[in-house]
Amino acid sequence: MKLTLTMVALVVLWEVLCDALKIPSFLIPAPSQVALRFYEKRALYFTHTWVTLYETTAGFLLAVVFGIVSAAVIVVIPKMRDIVMPLLLIAQLVPKVAIAPLLLIWFGYGLVPKIVVAFLVAFFPIVVNGASGLAAVQPELLDLGHSLQASRWQIFWKFRIPTALPELFSGMKIAVTLAIIGAIIGEFVGGNRGLGYLIIVANQELDTALAFSAIFLLSVMGIVLYGLIEILERVLIPWHLPSDPMAPMETTT
Amino acid sequence: MIPDAAAIEVADLRKAYATEDQEILTLDRLSFQIKPGEFVSVLGPSGCGKTTVLKIIAGLVPPTSGVVKVDGAPVVGPQRKIGLVFQVPALMKWRTALENVLLPGEILGLDRVVARDRARELLDLVGLTDFASRYPRELSGGMQQRVGIARALAHDPAILLLDEPFSALDMMTRNQLNIELLRIWSERKKTSLLITHSIPEAVFLSDRVVVLGPRPARILDVVPISLPRPRDARVRVSVAFMEIVDRIGRLIGLEYV
Repeated sequence: MKLTLTMVALVVLWEVLCDALKIPSFLIPAPSQVALRFYEKRALYFTHTWVTLYETTAGFLLAVVFGIVSAAVIVVIPKMRDIVMPLLLIAQLVPKVAIAPLLLIWFGYGLVPKIVVAFLVAFFPIVVNGASGLAAVQPELLDLGHSLQASRWQIFWKFRIPTALPELFSGMKIAVTLAIIGAIIGEFVGGNRGLGYLIIVANQELDTALAFSAIFLLSVMGIVLYGLIEILERVLIPWHLPSDPMAPMETTT
Repeated sequence: MIPDAAAIEVADLRKAYATEDQEILTLDRLSFQIKPGEFVSVLGPSGCGKTTVLKIIAGLVPPTSGVVKVDGAPVVGPQRKIGLVFQVPALMKWRTALENVLLPGEILGLDRVVARDRARELLDLVGLTDFASRYPRELSGGMQQRVGIARALAHDPAILLLDEPFSALDMMTRNQLNIELLRIWSERKKTSLLITHSIPEAVFLSDRVVVLGPRPARILDVVPISLPRPRDARVRVSVAFMEIVDRIGRLIGLEYV
């Protein structure tokens, strides 16, 4: 409630200041102008939003699938960790923005290079969080499993996966916000669809109101995707209370 | 099985850890036996390697030398006839109390309906009838450890190995759980081995106490506890009890000087 009031107040302030200081709309458009442009071009937004959402979601889901599989391989086959982890780190250190133009050469101007960039940036936090979650099983639980002669698969499925879920979800929340950035980078570099492309076009035409509304839509998309993951988290792991980052550290006994 | 054969037999057990430049001996020629249905404690100062004894008997850690037999057969790995209770409750926090107790049955592929009835019965036994559907974080430390005990009994093992199960609990809860464990043992008659560093706990519960010295752990004495059974809380304040506690205390204390 306080948040809503603050946001409304900020928007009103923005509108009043734009009007009072006579700021030209190609520099900073007033909220009313952004809203008007948004209404005029609603059909355009629909298609472009859909494209960016598709790229983001596809890249993110690929990152989730490959990220979890990689994390499992790293944890279950200890020998693989020494090979895979350095490779992953090197891959992570390569700036994705820098390779985006190359992806254009390899995959063309369609959706694929955008999905690939989104995948690449979202992949790392999922692997790292997933692997540390899978490895965090209480040693006593492993002893219990071994004493009952549980199979590797039983230990993985009954102990490791549930232990890893809270950390995996933290990784997924970071990853989904990165996936949006990845998709936009891909659209900036080359393409003729998506909200990123729309921002580039709007800039060239000095149509700042159009760019602003595209940015607004991107933010909404980010909030919605993040919210969906949080809902999924609450449904899947109700036993894990999401900790308030502002709350003092809780000491477990 | 031969009658009167030991349920657990430890003979000339040694355990050494190799570090970079030397070998550190933790257990030095331990030998003792536990008869079927007997309650034996292994008592020793912190860090003397008591837990290692338990892990070797459980087949989770190999001995450096010596022989460990369970029901006359040498231990070569984990066995399903053993139930384990840990120092920490080690519950799966994503499962309710009942679901935690169901775990051994799931791993061993036991009949679901039978396992569920049995798990409920065990929760009754440990006094948690009304807490079956609670998650571990909703239970106190003592209650969590009760779930741990119920889980250890879930696949009806012949042997119960308890690794300082009450050491993280406050004195009042600890005393109460001692009495509960005594009751559970007398109802189920499992051969039990308790690792502990509490002399009164070992004396109160056991038929015999294996007293270990500090590292490398050797057996100082095996003290028979002749206090009559069934025992109740009053035993703890009897003169006979105090005398045995005092005797074991001197045994350990003398070794320290």
